[in-house]
Amino acid sequence: MRYSRTSKALGVAAVLALTLTACGGSDGGGNAGGDTSKVITADNTEPQNGLLPANTNEVGGGKVMDLVFSGLVSYDVNGKIVNEIADSIDTKDSQNYTIKLKSGMKFSDGSPVTAKNFVDAWNFGAAAKNAQLNSYFFESIKGYDKVNAEKSTEDKMEGLKVVDDTTFTVELAQPESDFPLRLGYTAFYPLPESAYDDIDAFGQNPVGTGPYKLAEGGWKHDVSIELVPNENYEGPRKAKNGGVTFTIFSNPDAAYTSVQSDTLDILQQVPPSGLQNYESDFKGRFVNQPYAGNATMTIPSYLPEFEGEAGSMRRQAISMAIDRQQIIDKIFYGTKKPAVEFTSPVIDGYKADLPGNEVLKFDAAKAKDLWEKADAIKPWPAGKVFTITSNIDGPGNKEYITAMANQISTNLGIKAQLNPVSSFKEMRELVNKKSLTGASRAGWQADYPSLYNFLGPLYGTGAGSNDGNYSNPKFDEKLKEGLAQTSVEAGNKIFNEAQEILLKDLPVVPLWYQAAQGVWSNNVNNVEFGWNGVPLYYNVTAK
Amino acid sequence: MLMFTLRRFLQLIPVFFGATLLVYFLVFATPGDPIAALSGGKPMAPAVEEALRAQYNLDQPFWIQYGLYLKNLVTLNLGQTFSGQEVAAVIGRAYPVTARLAIMALAFEAIFGVLFGVIAGLRKGKLFDGTVLVGSLIVIAVPTFVLGFVLQLVVGVQLGWARPTVSGTAPWDELVLPALVLGLVSLAYVIRLTRASISENMSADYVRTATAKGLSRRRVVMVHILRNSLIPVVTFLGADLGALMGGAIVTEGIFNVPGVGNLLYQAILKGESATVVAVVGILVIVFVVANLVVDLLYALLDPRIRYV
Repeated sequence: MRYSRTSKALGVAAVLALTLTACGGSDGGGNAGGDTSKVITADNTEPQNGLLPANTNEVGGGKVMDLVFSGLVSYDVNGKIVNEIADSIDTKDSQNYTIKLKSGMKFSDGSPVTAKNFVDAWNFGAAAKNAQLNSYFFESIKGYDKVNAEKSTEDKMEGLKVVDDTTFTVELAQPESDFPLRLGYTAFYPLPESAYDDIDAFGQNPVGTGPYKLAEGGWKHDVSIELVPNENYEGPRKAKNGGVTFTIFSNPDAAYTSVQSDTLDILQQVPPSGLQNYESDFKGRFVNQPYAGNATMTIPSYLPEFEGEAGSMRRQAISMAIDRQQIIDKIFYGTKKPAVEFTSPVIDGYKADLPGNEVLKFDAAKAKDLWEKADAIKPWPAGKVFTITSNIDGPGNKEYITAMANQISTNLGIKAQLNPVSSFKEMRELVNKKSLTGASRAGWQADYPSLYNFLGPLYGTGAGSNDGNYSNPKFDEKLKEGLAQTSVEAGNKIFNEAQEILLKDLPVVPLWYQAAQGVWSNNVNNVEFGWNGVPLYYNVTAK
Repeated sequence: MLMFTLRRFLQLIPVFFGATLLVYFLVFATPGDPIAALSGGKPMAPAVEEALRAQYNLDQPFWIQYGLYLKNLVTLNLGQTFSGQEVAAVIGRAYPVTARLAIMALAFEAIFGVLFGVIAGLRKGKLFDGTVLVGSLIVIAVPTFVLGFVLQLVVGVQLGWARPTVSGTAPWDELVLPALVLGLVSLAYVIRLTRASISENMSADYVRTATAKGLSRRRVVMVHILRNSLIPVVTFLGADLGALMGGAIVTEGIFNVPGVGNLLYQAILKGESATVVAVVGILVIVFVVANLVVDLLYALLDPRIRYV
């Protein structure tokens, strides 16, 4: 095994375990027939931005980044972290981390991966002057507030220090126990020295540390992205095929038809129009598995009707008036699972039996009762319509929200309806400017597999994605307490206590957990989907 | 004729500026915040948001935004997309694809449309005429996306005669199917226009004269009837070329053709003024030129028409 020569101590066990399971898995699928030189094709959307770690915040670019780059750690199929470039990540207090890199790691152009590559890349990502979309990911590092201040020209965070070629230290502004979990996210990937000469050109033709590299002129905009195996890659995600070519699809229905005719190998997500038939169209060639994402409905706290005790009751009434299972069965053909808390079942620490989660179960009688009690305290304005705002430019949103509004109307005796807006940008403006007059469609895709990622950025006071302006000091306190723990397990226990507070306040109404319905062609084997619903492309073998 | 052409080109200038101003304003006036959409619902640091707004002049009032756009335009700089690519490059990739598709669709509808139209017109009331009339009616009645999906499923998936979606940069042969779908509806119109025009001209005085002086039937049809009957058809085809060059959002979507239609649609959704205005600007030029060609063709087809 080539791994054992370069990887040490901690790495070896994890890497070996993973390699063994991977081999075991492929034996069943006919590994002997697998052709490791054949290129596999998969669907993708055009990356929104140049392929830079700190500027890639959407799936189209993210899928490519995760193959072309690797971080200190990566996530295995279950979302557990596995060391990639890191040899060890040590901390005693969850605030000061010492990170050691494996020696001999290389970028795809052959240059060595050093501690400085990480520190420089993170500083670049955090600095306001570079306007990187993911800059907020560095906010826990000491000194972030200085480099990310408006008009700031500084680009060195004081919390990052290079010790030697393979060691650096990170000081956070406060203890954060899930910091190591984040390090596999795109924003934390290293950049080679040469990137900064012309960062825009680099984004078009990145040089990374991942299992693949861009083919010569591989990114044909709006058409395809060709990746070939990176022979310098040493790690748990070694390519088992001759390359991955992403075909850009603007319409998922077209991608579905392509897989049907075996002109495309892997489709990550079956479009709504195919949900009814994909299992029979692709017998034995599909998955339906939950991933780290959920769908919710935000009821902003700035709405006067939803303030105070009456407001709490109304939130609960609305939540209990929604028959989640019925919508899942009728509209999503049973492809999702009703939510019983605020995170996702694929995340470590998930608990299906949190006290107080009965507010997420359908109970029309109790819902009506609560609504009337709320009316007795503070009457619902006569003629007021409960609206749920959503963009309807993509398929799928309109149908379920209309169904949900109908259920709320019927079960609570008020008028509820979808408030359609034409585009995502219009919806985001309403949400960001806090000018909604009712509820809005929401949801979360985890950036990294952690309970905190589903809670902190969404419900912490003043947090970046706290669309409903929710604020509860007790909840904030719990988050802080959870982060200060020295182990992920201890942290998760406290985060679940924080969730109990959310179940009382219901800043959003959790609806269901997202699941990936993926299909593949007759030409490939060993297609597995990861914790985030993205196929593990490097494991796929051609027949 | 030269003066006429020149005059028409001069007219292009106010039309171009009027259209770009209007389109720029329309995109500006669509509700929504493009920068907010860039973050995709995830948080965005205020300093980053500020910097992005400044980069795309979105922090400026409308007239300054448009002025800055025009200033760039004069130096042949079409601006950048929100993904930081040059609009000129983006359009440069999409237009050849759409042009190929449009030319094939246009050739298809012109050749078969006129051919079927002439035969139907000459044999008015016969079986062929009836079949063509009913057939074209059905094609007109069925929406394009239904035609597209059905052909894609039958020809592409079930029979496997063609790729159901185009690959890479959309080579000519893979565009046959989408071009067929795209041209089918217009084909029906061309057939009907030609047929009506032919059957009307058959009873015209000059046709009777030509027949009376002993010209062969072939010559009467080809030179006397057909040429005069083509004027409405050419007008239709000219306008259709403009429409085709604007991209066909539905057809391009079904067959995953990386053309202008889809580019325009995405740009409108994102509120990307630079791209929308550039595409529309080119379209304006295409329309004006196509119409000019049509007008010049009139003189060629009908000797009674003269331009001075």
